[in-house]
Amino acid sequence: MIRLLLPPAALALLAVWPMMVSDYGLGLLIGAATYVTLASAWALFSGQTHYVSLATVAFYGTGAYAVAVLNEALPYPAVLLCAALAGAAMALAVGLSTLRLRGVYFVIFSFGLAELVRQLITWYEVNVTGTLGRYIFLDVTARGIYWQMLALGAATIALTAWINRSRLGMALRVIGDDEEVAAHSGINLARTKLAAFVLSAVILTLAGAITSPRYVYVEPSIVFNPTVSFLTVIMALLGGANRLWGPALGAVPLFLAFEWLSAHFPDTYPVLLGLLFIGVVFLVPQGILPAAERLMRRRAGA
Amino acid sequence: MLEIRGLTVAYGKHVALEDASLDVEQGRMVAILGANGAGKSSLLGAIGGRVVPVSGSIRYRGRPLLGMAQHRLVEEGIALVPEGRGIFPALRVEENLRLGAFPARARQCAAERMEEVFALFPKLAERRRQIAGTMSGGEQQMVAIGRALMSKPDLLLLDEPSLGLAPIVTREVFAALARIRATGLTILIVEQNARATLELADHAYLVAAGRIAGSGPAERIKSDPAVIRAFLGGSPAAAE
Repeated sequence: MIRLLLPPAALALLAVWPMMVSDYGLGLLIGAATYVTLASAWALFSGQTHYVSLATVAFYGTGAYAVAVLNEALPYPAVLLCAALAGAAMALAVGLSTLRLRGVYFVIFSFGLAELVRQLITWYEVNVTGTLGRYIFLDVTARGIYWQMLALGAATIALTAWINRSRLGMALRVIGDDEEVAAHSGINLARTKLAAFVLSAVILTLAGAITSPRYVYVEPSIVFNPTVSFLTVIMALLGGANRLWGPALGAVPLFLAFEWLSAHFPDTYPVLLGLLFIGVVFLVPQGILPAAERLMRRRAGA
Repeated sequence: MLEIRGLTVAYGKHVALEDASLDVEQGRMVAILGANGAGKSSLLGAIGGRVVPVSGSIRYRGRPLLGMAQHRLVEEGIALVPEGRGIFPALRVEENLRLGAFPARARQCAAERMEEVFALFPKLAERRRQIAGTMSGGEQQMVAIGRALMSKPDLLLLDEPSLGLAPIVTREVFAALARIRATGLTILIVEQNARATLELADHAYLVAAGRIAGSGPAERIKSDPAVIRAFLGGSPAAAE
């Protein structure tokens, strides 16, 4: 009973929180909600399959850019829909051609993808439209952005919970363990991976689209910043990428830590970021949640 | 049921299997025997869709099998137990088995199938809640075979089920295979343990240096002095 009531109650609390904070506080809430969404969406595909994707910002940036291009031409819901479709189309094309790649090849490819998209858009803007930056003037308040992101984040976690219990979730877990055996258990590897990859990508794209009005001025080097991809991965890994609440648990403290570090040590911030990455991989390679579970099991056993 | 003609498998310039032809008839157990690196696994790999042969044909129930996606094979009724125990070590025994019933053809009757598997492997029934990775090698092999059986196969492909197992465990695995054999399931088994395999099989093919060096009913192969020298080790007398 408590388990069923807790998430909606927490969600309601989170929804009224912006009423009680300053503008700066609201900015932090939006950032935290964004990274919870990104990390959870990333884990939806990568957490179970162990395909480490560094393409997060390729989709996030595409979402933001879609809004920048379309915000004056279409009503807001239609803009979001177009952004989601663009993300899905890109994920389909990329997924069909690359999900055969395994291990480090997939990592490198996904990293290259973000760069490729950024360079393509830059080239297009410079050579065809003749502009590089774009402005987003949308009638969306900061609170509105927060609520949308909160809803997207909650939907992502709910979707993950549902998938984990479905045949798709079982297939994904098994693919992460051993693709060979998975195929011989009758699992369609390509279709399963593609489905999860596209779902994850659509959420990442929507996250980019929803936060984009916060940037006001958008250009490729801003919205295709590879740090977003790295942060997302490290947050999900810290919390536990194959646990439902793991990515959220990793995203909130790390986001706050990054905010504080970048405010107080703007020059040494990237160095500290690198150290944190290394620290996470060394100290809690499985993530906090699985480590805590193990600790509790040992307690119970003793 | 399975017809292989002129199958050649190569990895780059290295020809692992050349011009192999063999037949597996419905309800029979056919063994492919040979030493390490003789080309046995390439043969099974080609049937299982893991390796793409250079030439040759594989027909299953009269229809060509080559080029079919791996997950489709299971729907067609072909289950493969890959070499080195095809299990998911982090999952429980039960979960491993339930996974075997993933294909559409097996989904309906998963519960019955599981009872049948437990009847064949009583040990798995006792340990249904155990994490598969914590079991002994022989038990893990039984989980792997059980998982394959859950897909309700018409043809079971076994790749070296006794590989790396202690002799006493190997005996358990073969005892289990005998029980499966008794259900009338068609089996194609690749093995190094020729003696134990020939006790169960109807027919055997001998593979050496990438070619099929001989074939015949298991009874005859078992008592062929040349075979005993080359594949079974020791003199005919020692084989008694």
